[in-house]
Amino acid sequence: MTVSAVRARRPARPGGPPGRRGRSGVHAFLLAVSLAFLAPLLLAVYASLRPYEETARDGYFSLPSRLSLDYYRQAFTDSGMGRHFLNSLLITVPGVLITLFLASFTAFAVARLRLRGSLVLLMVFTAGNLLPQQVIVTPLYVLFNKVPLPYRMSDSLMLYDSLWAVLAVQVAFQLGFCVFVLANFMRTLPREILEAAIVDGAGVWTRYRHVTLPLCRPALAALGTLQFTWMYNDFLWGLVFLSTGDKLPVTSALNNLRGQFFTDYNLLAAGSVIVALPTVVVFLLLQRHFIAGLTLGANKG
Amino acid sequence: MTTVNRTTGTRPVNPPKAGPPRPARRRGPRRHTRRDIAVLCVLLGLPILLDLALVWGPTLASVALSFTTWDGVGDIEWAGFGNYADLFADYPQFWPAVRNNLLWLAALGLLATPFGLLLAVLIDRGVRFSRFYQSTLYMPVVLSLAVVGFIAQLVLSRDQGALNALLGRQDDPVDWLGDPDLNIWMVLLAACWRHTGYVMILYLAGLKSVDPELKEAAAIDGASERQAFFRVVLPALRPVNVIVGVITVIEALRAFDIVYAVNKGRNGLELLSVLVTDNIIGEASRIGFGSAIAVVLLLVSLGFIITYLVQELRGEQRR
Repeated sequence: MTVSAVRARRPARPGGPPGRRGRSGVHAFLLAVSLAFLAPLLLAVYASLRPYEETARDGYFSLPSRLSLDYYRQAFTDSGMGRHFLNSLLITVPGVLITLFLASFTAFAVARLRLRGSLVLLMVFTAGNLLPQQVIVTPLYVLFNKVPLPYRMSDSLMLYDSLWAVLAVQVAFQLGFCVFVLANFMRTLPREILEAAIVDGAGVWTRYRHVTLPLCRPALAALGTLQFTWMYNDFLWGLVFLSTGDKLPVTSALNNLRGQFFTDYNLLAAGSVIVALPTVVVFLLLQRHFIAGLTLGANKG
Repeated sequence: MTTVNRTTGTRPVNPPKAGPPRPARRRGPRRHTRRDIAVLCVLLGLPILLDLALVWGPTLASVALSFTTWDGVGDIEWAGFGNYADLFADYPQFWPAVRNNLLWLAALGLLATPFGLLLAVLIDRGVRFSRFYQSTLYMPVVLSLAVVGFIAQLVLSRDQGALNALLGRQDDPVDWLGDPDLNIWMVLLAACWRHTGYVMILYLAGLKSVDPELKEAAAIDGASERQAFFRVVLPALRPVNVIVGVITVIEALRAFDIVYAVNKGRNGLELLSVLVTDNIIGEASRIGFGSAIAVVLLLVSLGFIITYLVQELRGEQRR
């Protein structure tokens, strides 16, 4: 993405290259695949609207005799989804903002200041993000049990079992990816502007905040969307670092809808739809942003 | 990402006269003022500190703990390679978990990735409704893997699942997720469902960046569409290929959420990540032993990470 003057020179490429043959075949194929991809989601929505007795009797492929939102109400009241949503929000929103801020500065330092050792730094961050989460989970669990926090920050009096723990890990872990992407993006920005700023005597902060950052908006928007989904969707950190049920983010709390001995799959479906909704909505709303972020760099050269 | 200079060859922006190349010393003596240094220390120090304290420190600690028999409370006792010996010889879940992780890698790499590439190529040719296809195929990617796991149960459960109904097997139901010989394949299907869209978006963005002139030149030279793709376009996508490769490997090693949502990773769905988690938050709390499994995971992923970084480094030097 981020790609270059070439496209700018040839703005119109109406409908791509010709090659008309096999068009309808391609359409049929893509349509079939798309429907197959959508089917499980539609099934989840459909199942969530129907009472268990009915689907148990007739299976999922039957016409409904009654559709209701009961399961959604049940998911919200019985298992306190509202509370869990708030937890997710408390982790995700600051998480994304802090990550983007720290990562963009680090990327700026790495890509545009040419400090000594910046390549090593980039490698450390990139590699860190590629580690499987389970590699670091055990020592973090021990560490968080030893870090005390005042009561007003954590009622467990330590970092363990507080949202801070999850927030900190999310930021630290996602930094690597954002630094990597932003550093690559910043490299494609014209250096001339930066040099002009240096000639004008701009300090590091000004060069970062007023010269580089405004040019990174598309990349930041794309990363923000991505990071929102990733942090929101994370399952493991909440599971391991929180022990009080009330504190779980909504993704990890989904497991609570499963009964001890009996699982009502339709309730689970409603829960899944509720959990999936924010990311799907964000994706659909910001898709333009998202895809623009991936390709927009193309049109300025 | 990044692909610009390499794929498009020259950029029109820097003709030779755009100033002397790098070695020329930065003009004048001015480097950084004291304020600059303060800004750098704080804003660069913070992320570095976080990364070292919460990512690399714990990684090293995992390695150290793997040589002990610590249960999280008592004294830490040195165990040498004892945990590893136990792991390889006496831990029945270990080898099945390794096998499942490898299967995961194979499924993502050999099925989902080529399929995602194919879809990207088809959509990139400029069919109508490409936006619709693109959004639909990408939709599963924005779902949490845990949700994917729950939806899989909806489709695949024995008594009520949609698949058995679709196949007309309500009377003789197949237990897709309960049968330990079968369930891993079903879970892999769900994992591929999600991975395909991911790969597709990455390639779609990459394909847009390939200079159309390259394709035209190939066509003029008499290359068929297929030849042009495999000989010209795909090599030009090298940076994307590398990224897709890395993501595929990492996703395979990280796999956890889906199986945990399905049955907590038991009964045929063992994965290394599940074994680590079980050993810490399980009742036993065998931290030393769990760390040994984590180290195995670390070594495998380090192999890939280092290969990747070497690639990046080479690219870096060419820049």
